Amino acid sequence: MPRLIRDGAIVEDDWLPADEDVTTPAEGQVATLDQWLHESPKPRAVQLEPGQAPAPLMDHLADLSLVVINFPAFMDGRGFSYGRELRERGFQGELRAAGHFIRDQVTYLRRCGFNAFQMADEHLLEAALDSLSDFSEHYQAAPDQPLPLFRRRA
Amino acid sequence: MYVYDEYDQKIVDERVAQYRDQTDRFLAGKLTEAEFLPLRLQNGLYVQRLAPMLRIAVPYGLMSSKQLRKVAQITRDYDKGYAHFSTRQNIQLNWPRLAEVPDLLAELATVQMHAIQTSGNCIRNTTTDQFAGVAPDELEDPRPWCEIVRQWSTLHPEFAFLPRKFKIAVCGSSEDRAAIHAHDIGLELVPNDAGQVGFRVLVGGGLGRTPVIGSEVCPWLEKQHLLSYLEAILRVYNQNGRRDNKYKARIKILVKAMGVDAFREAVEQEWELLKDGPTTLSEEEMNRAHGFFTAPAYRELDGEASETSLAAAVDADPIFGNWVRRNTRAHRVAGYRSVSISLKATGYAPGDITDAQLELVAELADQFSFGEIRSTHQQNLVLADVETEQLQALWQQLQSAGMATPNIGYLTDMICCPGGDYCSLANAKSLPVAEAIQARFDNLDYLYDLGPLELNISGCMNACGHHHIGHIGILGVDKKGQEFYQVCLGGSQAKDASIGKILGPSFKQEDMPEVIDRILSTYVGLREEEETFLDTYRRVGIDPFKERVYAKAD
Repeated sequence: MPRLIRDGAIVEDDWLPADEDVTTPAEGQVATLDQWLHESPKPRAVQLEPGQAPAPLMDHLADLSLVVINFPAFMDGRGFSYGRELRERGFQGELRAAGHFIRDQVTYLRRCGFNAFQMADEHLLEAALDSLSDFSEHYQAAPDQPLPLFRRRA
Repeated sequence: MYVYDEYDQKIVDERVAQYRDQTDRFLAGKLTEAEFLPLRLQNGLYVQRLAPMLRIAVPYGLMSSKQLRKVAQITRDYDKGYAHFSTRQNIQLNWPRLAEVPDLLAELATVQMHAIQTSGNCIRNTTTDQFAGVAPDELEDPRPWCEIVRQWSTLHPEFAFLPRKFKIAVCGSSEDRAAIHAHDIGLELVPNDAGQVGFRVLVGGGLGRTPVIGSEVCPWLEKQHLLSYLEAILRVYNQNGRRDNKYKARIKILVKAMGVDAFREAVEQEWELLKDGPTTLSEEEMNRAHGFFTAPAYRELDGEASETSLAAAVDADPIFGNWVRRNTRAHRVAGYRSVSISLKATGYAPGDITDAQLELVAELADQFSFGEIRSTHQQNLVLADVETEQLQALWQQLQSAGMATPNIGYLTDMICCPGGDYCSLANAKSLPVAEAIQARFDNLDYLYDLGPLELNISGCMNACGHHHIGHIGILGVDKKGQEFYQVCLGGSQAKDASIGKILGPSFKQEDMPEVIDRILSTYVGLREEEETFLDTYRRVGIDPFKERVYAKAD
């Protein structure tokens, strides 16, 4: 079973990956956005690609267990905003970064509200755990620290 | 100036540690070239034609003498004993070794300096007026706002992988010395009808391939909303800016594509969610930031008496007089002046400074200007708070060190990128062109007669030398493997900002001094009383210049 980081630990994936070639995702399978839009009732897990802003999900956040944000190329930073917007609108489920992001990005991804990291190369997961704590202090408000430093300075 | 507390220091120290680990992994082959690229860029490290180039951040151009001495020592220990001031008020080192950069950064961190976000597709160093806090035409000091923006943008988790680089400038005076119209975001401190000061927000200005003057998205923004509003702009850009073509990826292209009204609407929509949230600036924080930029301990001086004795000294020594007239300017406090130290001596690359000169400037800052130094986007240095009575003593020391070139604001005070001699992006060399022009026009009387003139040179269309907004702009272009130079006229970075117009076909390097000579003599022939070059150009248009410059071609 594929592995990933979830809440700071390496675990096995309990979801089936999205498959755009199926018409209807199976039970326990992540839906593509297209599938999710067409399904009724709505699947509990959905994957967004770059260019697919999370706006359509916003009225269904409480019914979603998992949102996967795919990073086909690590230089494309749109997913950072998607993640943060989902958390700011109250999404409580698993927010997962998947694909070709690099370990040096996980600290920023975590700040943007991601709590799960599925890397294209699973061998990098242990090292990525180390990078989660590259920084112990931050200036900005973000989902992991709702108060900016200026509201917390001693 | 701003002084780090333990939080700021911790963030910079942790960044050094993170970068050391990244460099180690790269050198050990655990990080690919492609993966390391954005990581080193976000720490200011380019790999250039001859060696890596490291860009050190100088937040809004402000440095202490201690920091300058540290930079001098670093240029000796890690480089070839000189540094270069860039058009973003930053410092560039041309010869550091990649493996030593973490040590270099650790040394910088000991004096509260870093290289964070001096390159890469992220929010860059926020720039402002080099005369902030001392300019008589200032409405409000922009530096506290620059510092607030600096902290917010430093290691911002959401905006580290933008479509393209992102530059913010702040202006607090009636004359714009920060070129806010040529920035991704330009912030201008302005009063509303009730006299309350807020921000006018411009978006989508920029140079590069497609020069654009910024558009107003908000005529007046209440101060406490600054960061949430910036966040809304960046969020619209991060999600919608083009990523398929790096030449169309700047926010100016997005604003043009959407139209400024639709863009504004998108920003407002994002802002709805962020406005009044925790990022809203508190009264305490605004006061804290302002507390670092209070006036130094000025002496109470007789301004009139000091101006009278200065006038006598100027009459007695015309060389000193030249320097006073060109390189010093009025100060808002009586008995003080601000001094520009020109880094444009003929024969030296514009903006370059040796380790010994850095140490001298640090020493002079301690002696004459409360230990503070500013860098300017025209690639010069400023001692902002010098007693008028002390100008001659200061000048004598500068003069004996060859640092009293009296050309601030004149033709030879040109802005120039490092060009093809150093930069791997350049199409053409820029430094030899600058030098040839400086050598040709070294007659000070002629220079002064020409009046204020901005000549800007870029070695490629990335426009680091801001050629579009020079009164005269020169752009290096590549024509079938040969270096040519295109000339544009009529650009301006002032509040009446304009983009220069291309004169015509490009020229060979050796023809450039003659071309500039013809442009200047056209101006001298056509100008009416008191008209500057830009005034004349705006009155007569480009045609007379074109006719004269290309006359020989028949």
